[in-house]
Amino acid sequence: MTAKATVIDYDCGNLLSVRRALEHCGGEVEITGEPAKIKDAERLVLPGVGSFGNAMEELQKLGLVEQIREFAASGRPFLGICVGMQLMFDSSDEFGMHDGLGMIPGRVRTVPRHGVDGKPHKVPHIGWSKLSPAAASQTWDGTILDGLPTPAYCYFVHSFAAEPADEAHRLSDCHYDGQRLAATVRRDNLWGCQFHPEKSGETGLHILRNFLARD
Amino acid sequence: MSTLRMIARLDVKAPNLIKGVHLEGLRKLGDPSGFAQRYYADGIDEIVYIDAVASLYERNTIVDLVRHTAEDVFIPITAGGGVRSVEGAQILLRAGADKIAINTAATQNPELIRKLAERFGSQCVVLSIEAKRQKDHWEAYCDNGRERTGLDVIEWSRRGEKLGAGEILLTSVDREGTRGGYDIELTRAVADAVGIPVIASGGMGKFEHLSEVVNVGHADAVAMAHVLHFQKMTIPDIRRQALAHGLNVRPV
Repeated sequence: MTAKATVIDYDCGNLLSVRRALEHCGGEVEITGEPAKIKDAERLVLPGVGSFGNAMEELQKLGLVEQIREFAASGRPFLGICVGMQLMFDSSDEFGMHDGLGMIPGRVRTVPRHGVDGKPHKVPHIGWSKLSPAAASQTWDGTILDGLPTPAYCYFVHSFAAEPADEAHRLSDCHYDGQRLAATVRRDNLWGCQFHPEKSGETGLHILRNFLARD
Repeated sequence: MSTLRMIARLDVKAPNLIKGVHLEGLRKLGDPSGFAQRYYADGIDEIVYIDAVASLYERNTIVDLVRHTAEDVFIPITAGGGVRSVEGAQILLRAGADKIAINTAATQNPELIRKLAERFGSQCVVLSIEAKRQKDHWEAYCDNGRERTGLDVIEWSRRGEKLGAGEILLTSVDREGTRGGYDIELTRAVADAVGIPVIASGGMGKFEHLSEVVNVGHADAVAMAHVLHFQKMTIPDIRRQALAHGLNVRPV
C-alpha cells in the first residue's frame, strides 16, 4: 500500500521540495489548504519557510488551526518541518510575541548570538550539522531517526529554535559552537525537525521514509 | 562557526550553464541541471543558480530550471538574477528554490530586502554583492559587474544585514573566472563587518585558495564554479583535502 501524506498549503512553505522528496520516498502526496482534507489526512506534514507570526496568521486565515490541533489529537502521524516544527510549540518571540499551535509545551527563541565560549558567531545558523541524541540514555530505535548513518548530518537554516519545556520531547540536538539546539522533537505521534529533511540529501530522505512508514 | 559549506555556483543563460571571466565573455557549457545533478551525487552542500539575463518572467527559463532541478536534487537551492519583487521571489520559491539572491533590485530599492525578509524570513534572503576593487575601497556593482552603484561594499553589507538579509553572496568581480584565488582581503573585510554568513565567490582554482579564504578570509561558505564545471577538481577530493587540513566540513 502506498503511504499517503498530506502537505499543508498555507503559502508559507517550500511545498514543491517537500512534495518531491516525499514522492521520491514512495509517498503519495496531496498538497492542500482545505480544512476538510486536512482533517481526514492519513499523515500530515506542516512545512515552513518564513516567519512564525506570518505563518500562524496564514493558518488562521485559512481556518486550519483547529483542524491541525484535532488531527494531532487523533494519534495520526504529524511532521512539522523548520518553522512548521516551531509552530508546534506554545509561542515564539520572533518579531514580537506570537502564539503557536500548542501541540508540544515550550517556546521558540532566538538562536544565541554567541558560542558557549562567549565569542560571537553568525546568525542565522546555516549549514549541515550533526545530529546527536538529546540524552545519553536515548535511543533512536523505532523513531523517525531509526537506522540513520552515523554521524548523520542534516541541513539547518534558522535564526530561531524551539525549547521544549519537557526534556523528554527532545529526540536529537545539534550543537552550534557548543550551543545546544533542538534538532528533532517528538511527542507521541507528533514529530518535528528543525532541519530540512527534504534538503538533507540521503540522510533526510531516510528520515522521510521512516515518517511515511508510521501509521 | 557552522560547518563550512561547499557551494556549486551555476551562472545560467537559459538553457545553458555559462562561465566567463569577470562575469563577462561567457562560454556555454550545456544543461545546468545535469551539472547540478552530478554535483549533488558527488556530495556538494548547496547549489546556487544565478540567471545572467534576468529572465524570471519569460518562458522556459530559470524557473523551469529550478523546478526541474528540485525534482531529484535534495539539497538547498538558491536562485537569483532578475528578482525585483516579493511576487518574483514567490515564483522561484514555489518552483523549489529555498533562498532568493537579490542584487540589482536591492541596490535600487533596498526596502525590497526588508519586504522579502518579513514575508519569507531572513534565512531566505541572500544579498548578492558584486564587488570591484577601487583605489581605497570596494564598490558594489550590479547587472553582472557591468553597472556601478556608488555603494561602498562594507557599508552596503551592513545595511543589507540591518534590512534583514540572512546571508551575503560576495563575488569578487576582479577575481571571478580567473582561478587566481579568492579576494581574501575583501572577504575578510565583509565577513568581519557583519553578523550573517558570507559566501566567498570568485577565483577558486586550487585547494589552497579555499583554505586561505576560510582561515584568513573568514568566509563561512565557499562558492566554486570553474574548477567544478571544467572538472579541474572533484567535490569528494576537495572534501577530503578540507578534512585533512582540519576544516570543519561535513564528512560524506
